[in-house]
Amino acid sequence: MKLTKILVLVLSLCLMLVTFAHAGKDLDAVRNKGFIQTGVNGAVFGFGMPDAKGVWEGLDVDTARAVAAAIFGDASKVKFTPLSAQQRFTALQSGEIDILTRNATRTLSRETQLGLNFVTVNYYDGQGFLVSKELGVKSAKELDGATVCVLPGTTTEQNAADFFRTHKMAWKPVVIESTAELAKTFFAGRCDVLTSDASQLAGARAISADPKGYVILPEIISKEPLAPAVRHGDDQFRDIVDFSVLAMINAEELGITSKNVDEMLNSKNPVIQRFLGVSPGNGKALGLDEKWAYNIIKQVGNYGEVFERNVGINTTLGIERGLNALWTNGGLMYSPPFK
Amino acid sequence: MAESTTVKRERLKPPITNVGVLGWLHTNLFNSWYNSLLTIVTLIVMAFLLPPAFQWAFVDSLWNSSAEACRDIDGACWSVIPNNIRFIILGFFPSGQEWRPILAMVLLLTLVVYSKERSRWKSSLLWLWAINLIIMGTLMYGGIFGMPVVETSQWSGLPLTFILSFFGMIVAYPLGILLALGRQSNMPAIKTLCVVYIELIRGVPLISLLFMSSVMFPLFLPEGVTIDKVLRALIAIILFTAAYIAEVVRGGLQAMPRGQYEAADSLGLNYSNTMRLIILPQALKIVIPPSVGILLSVFKDTSLVVIIALYDVLKTTMVTLSNPKWAGYSRESYIFLALLYFGFCYAMSSYSRKLEKELHTGH
Repeated sequence: MKLTKILVLVLSLCLMLVTFAHAGKDLDAVRNKGFIQTGVNGAVFGFGMPDAKGVWEGLDVDTARAVAAAIFGDASKVKFTPLSAQQRFTALQSGEIDILTRNATRTLSRETQLGLNFVTVNYYDGQGFLVSKELGVKSAKELDGATVCVLPGTTTEQNAADFFRTHKMAWKPVVIESTAELAKTFFAGRCDVLTSDASQLAGARAISADPKGYVILPEIISKEPLAPAVRHGDDQFRDIVDFSVLAMINAEELGITSKNVDEMLNSKNPVIQRFLGVSPGNGKALGLDEKWAYNIIKQVGNYGEVFERNVGINTTLGIERGLNALWTNGGLMYSPPFK
Repeated sequence: MAESTTVKRERLKPPITNVGVLGWLHTNLFNSWYNSLLTIVTLIVMAFLLPPAFQWAFVDSLWNSSAEACRDIDGACWSVIPNNIRFIILGFFPSGQEWRPILAMVLLLTLVVYSKERSRWKSSLLWLWAINLIIMGTLMYGGIFGMPVVETSQWSGLPLTFILSFFGMIVAYPLGILLALGRQSNMPAIKTLCVVYIELIRGVPLISLLFMSSVMFPLFLPEGVTIDKVLRALIAIILFTAAYIAEVVRGGLQAMPRGQYEAADSLGLNYSNTMRLIILPQALKIVIPPSVGILLSVFKDTSLVVIIALYDVLKTTMVTLSNPKWAGYSRESYIFLALLYFGFCYAMSSYSRKLEKELHTGH
């Protein structure tokens, strides 16, 4: 008797932990839940990582907050699920998360075979080379015979091998498992070159004793457009996520920041009036509050602000805008008209 | 006054090399030529290794400074621990609520220490555990008494390690005993089932089970149904451990002399009473050392959940190290973690030795 009672108790406790997340369309489900569940990396500084108090911060984290601000008018209505590289797509497919903002590269096979919709790129990354200034190398094409520190089994290793073969240069790879150890080895002088994604190189350079003594060479040998993704099947939700990213870019183009957004509400410029919902239309078209873009800019900031706050030149990473500058400044960030 | 005629004889002392420090050295370190050689070699190696290690860890080190100050020293930067201790131990638990997981852990450890004495093993102790588990669950989850709800996804750090290993052990042990009994059963269906289960689980590594539970399993559920991530990992750990416990317990069962079964039969005991009163108490006593071995490895194996992005104490430390500010200090952090794990494991194994001694009844 006693045993049966305990069993029933245990089983019902287990059932309490089984939740029925949603049924039906993604947007309705998100609205019913009252928050967005997003998948993040969890261990990449500047993109998605908890700080010393356990509060999430990073470029990807802020992107997810922008979507929450658009849908709920409250950037804090978002919950984060840290995911490993293997789990990330399954978590999205199975509905464990609503959006994936986890520095995932957009590729054809992921878009089609995995059934994902990538939206506007929020960070253009690419593989580069970090060398000591003392080496006196100006271009990656002068690296013949170099010893190269590289992570094993990644596309990074493959890309580097391809690059050296294409340019008929000899190289000696030094393969080390963990990123932190790899950087340590490089700074200890065991190899001439460290190769990884440019954003990672910036992070690695930051931990060296003399960050000014190292340069990232101009050659970028692979394309890594990192973009948020949603599942196939709910186009309206996809549009909202897409335009949340675009709204941050558009705000930067229009010169609207989190500081001046309230003054901008009085702007006479019809483009700004439409964007901030002073003259209505955009919100209704997306199925959101007319204030959606205002909320994003007010609570999260425009793309430039988010970039500078998380990875920009004044942070530990110290990454220059480069490809991530606005198209007017020679970058790739470009927003379609908001009308 | 008569003069004493007894001649005071000086008592002969044993040779100086047999007593005191020298004696100890002689019997323990230099009692034969090869042991002397070993001692000398060891001393030389230590002379080479210890001073630099000591210099690194204690002399040139900083214990509570900023990351910038650490860049200028050659020694250990222990500052990485105090500066990040909150995240390493408690992870994502919301700030302002830190007392809850700390109190829960203190309760758990107190209760474990309290339960060590065999004289306290009564049914009232079970109730104490039940009540305390409910209190600990309430502390962690919240939702009443004005404590905000903290979802399991925010449970991380040391509390998560404790939850995974503690429940992993507590649930897996009885399950393992049942499996062991099932494997010995005369009923072919049950026997086959248990054998297949045990061999299947023992044939795959824990990592693959964790991957199954976190990556494959959600795809089989109907759309929209999700099962808590922590629970999924916990179930994988339980299923894995139970199979190993089962084999250990089976060893104990097979070590029981045939006479014990026959004696139980002749007393007219049925199967469950035979097992409960006669066989299992003796069999489980035999298998204390290997069981503790398995429990220790469960405790350490819980750190494998890093690969499914659960933030146990190892993962929170690794995350701290991926902050460029602290990235160079992996040695210091991992030494700290090693000491933490060693402390708990050593406590467990020394308790098992004590228990073994107490239960030894000399047959």
